[in-house]
Amino acid sequence: MVGVRNKLREVGLTMPSFLWLSFFFVVPTVIVLSIAFHAASPDGGIAPGFTLATWRSISNPNYPAIVWRTIWISALTTFFCVILSLPCAYAIARMTTKWRAAVAGLIMLPFWTSFIVRVFAWRTLLNPEGFLQGLLSSIGIIDQSVSLNYNSGAILVVSVYSFLPFAIMPIYAAAEKFDFSLLEAARDLGARSFFAFRKIFLPGVRRGVISAVLMVFIPAIGSYVIPDLVGGTDSELIGNKIYQRTFPDRNLPHASALAGLTAVAVLLPLGCVAWWMKRQDEREAKRLAEATSRRISGGAA
Amino acid sequence: MKDDFLVFDHVTKRFGALTAVNDVSLTVNRGEFFSLLGPSGCGKTTLLRMLGGFERPDSGRIYLEGKDITDLPPNRRRVHTVFQNYALFPTMTIWDNIAFSLKLAHMDGKEIEEKVEEILEMIQMSDQAWKYPSQLSGGQKQRVAIARALVDRPQVLLLDEPLAALDLKLRQHMLLELDTIHDQVGITFLYVTHDQGEAMSLSDRIAVINRGKIEQLDGPAKIYEAPASRFVASFIGDTNFISGEIVSVEGDYCFIKTDGFAQIKAFNDKNLATGQRVGLSVRPEKIRVTLSPPPPEKGAAINVFPSTVKDIVYQGVYTKYWLDANGVRISALKPHSRFLLDQEAITWNDKVFVWWHPDDGYMVEEDDV
Repeated sequence: MVGVRNKLREVGLTMPSFLWLSFFFVVPTVIVLSIAFHAASPDGGIAPGFTLATWRSISNPNYPAIVWRTIWISALTTFFCVILSLPCAYAIARMTTKWRAAVAGLIMLPFWTSFIVRVFAWRTLLNPEGFLQGLLSSIGIIDQSVSLNYNSGAILVVSVYSFLPFAIMPIYAAAEKFDFSLLEAARDLGARSFFAFRKIFLPGVRRGVISAVLMVFIPAIGSYVIPDLVGGTDSELIGNKIYQRTFPDRNLPHASALAGLTAVAVLLPLGCVAWWMKRQDEREAKRLAEATSRRISGGAA
Repeated sequence: MKDDFLVFDHVTKRFGALTAVNDVSLTVNRGEFFSLLGPSGCGKTTLLRMLGGFERPDSGRIYLEGKDITDLPPNRRRVHTVFQNYALFPTMTIWDNIAFSLKLAHMDGKEIEEKVEEILEMIQMSDQAWKYPSQLSGGQKQRVAIARALVDRPQVLLLDEPLAALDLKLRQHMLLELDTIHDQVGITFLYVTHDQGEAMSLSDRIAVINRGKIEQLDGPAKIYEAPASRFVASFIGDTNFISGEIVSVEGDYCFIKTDGFAQIKAFNDKNLATGQRVGLSVRPEKIRVTLSPPPPEKGAAINVFPSTVKDIVYQGVYTKYWLDANGVRISALKPHSRFLLDQEAITWNDKVFVWWHPDDGYMVEEDDV
């Protein structure tokens, strides 16, 4: 009886979110993917009938290059965001409560301004006539002829800027729960501070780092505003292509197929990482089990 | 002084307006079990952290085996700490926790294995080596923390209230264990605690600290029996502290006139002169409480005061009496013998006699206020 009651309660509690996700996530995804199996009608709609022509057309060698560039830039963005966030989160977590709230507020402050306006601001900053170009070339770091704007580098810089808070926040949340006396213990036992940071702090905020990677990598893969505004013609990302197929070209099947491709591009590397981490855990468990059994048999002898 | 094993030389540390450690000098001998005892916020932990390298003194130097270590970072001192919350690395096994300092010293694998096995044996946790800290009980974590700090044989082991997080039974057990470990390894232990019981039962010497200063530095018995100040007398155990003025001196003894109470005879070991204001500390267990007056042959030599019983607290090992002697509150402890046969049990509002030998009172000089 109790078992049935618990089961009912479990179903009752999970049903709303299950239904929500089914209707607003799974069903649209299936619809979007199914569109890719139709042809585009001349008026911008979807023609009836089943075809694989769209899928064949995205095997065009341009697309793998774009997908590759998208993954590469997203990975770099993620890497720099995490590298910059670690010391930042560490520093905030070590502040007094009053300062913590203030600094966390400052990090969230840019969100009060529209994302597009901020990217436009970067466009102005990176402009050949702009402030950065003038500053850097007057110091002599770059040549006047080098363009800061409209290339992959600009996409990377602006992406890191835009996604940085999404990396700082989860790492900070983990760092806040981190017991800093562990670092003192490590120093006490002979570790230099950087070693203690790497061996004790980093594993301690591992979960925060994983969240940060997901929070940055996934939106970076799908981003199209940043490459559209500060990227050049040779630095298009998959997001731009989907936009272009959807609106100017009005070719929905093609856009759907590219969206499917993007989903694979996100899930494949994440799946690999998840598999690798699971394998690490299993290995560790096996190592512990072996060591324990060795110890027990050794102790008996 | 610098030739001694461990020396704090006129060390001062301030935090903003607060002077946590105020011009402290002390010397610890090699192999000693030395305790820093005081109420929370007295500066004992700051002293420990300065020795560990986590705080730098504003003035003064710290010497360890003749070497000035004041400015060395924690990782360059062979001084390890057992933290109050243990601070075991949660992502590492017990084995890796203990091996941490050995690996940092680039010891070779075989030697690390031997040393870790040896110390695991000592704390009787060889079969737990592959567990993680979260899988251990409080007492086990404590033992691992001690093993981790001892495994590479530091010059000094610092213990920061190591038993505070354990329950009473476990604490008593760990006290014995700490004592045994100290005897086994022969390393100097510097122990910080606010618990006078812990300090008394473990230490060779105790520094009683109050408001950043050392009030008394002595062996446990000396600190209990001959407290140097009113603070020490009342912080270490229970005491009756009676203020008064010496009115006459007779040989080795003197008479103290107390406000509203009576004249008390006390042993004048410091040869104080008439007119000196003093505080007299009489421990409750040294005071006798009886319904009938003490035998007359003792009468002249001892202090006897008629009193009224105000409160009785039965505590198993003994009974505590709160008495009113001429308006002065006195506490006394009475151990039990033949408790159930005692026909004349003392009860509330009984008129009783309170008496103690003059040698059982200890005088502390007090300044005129």
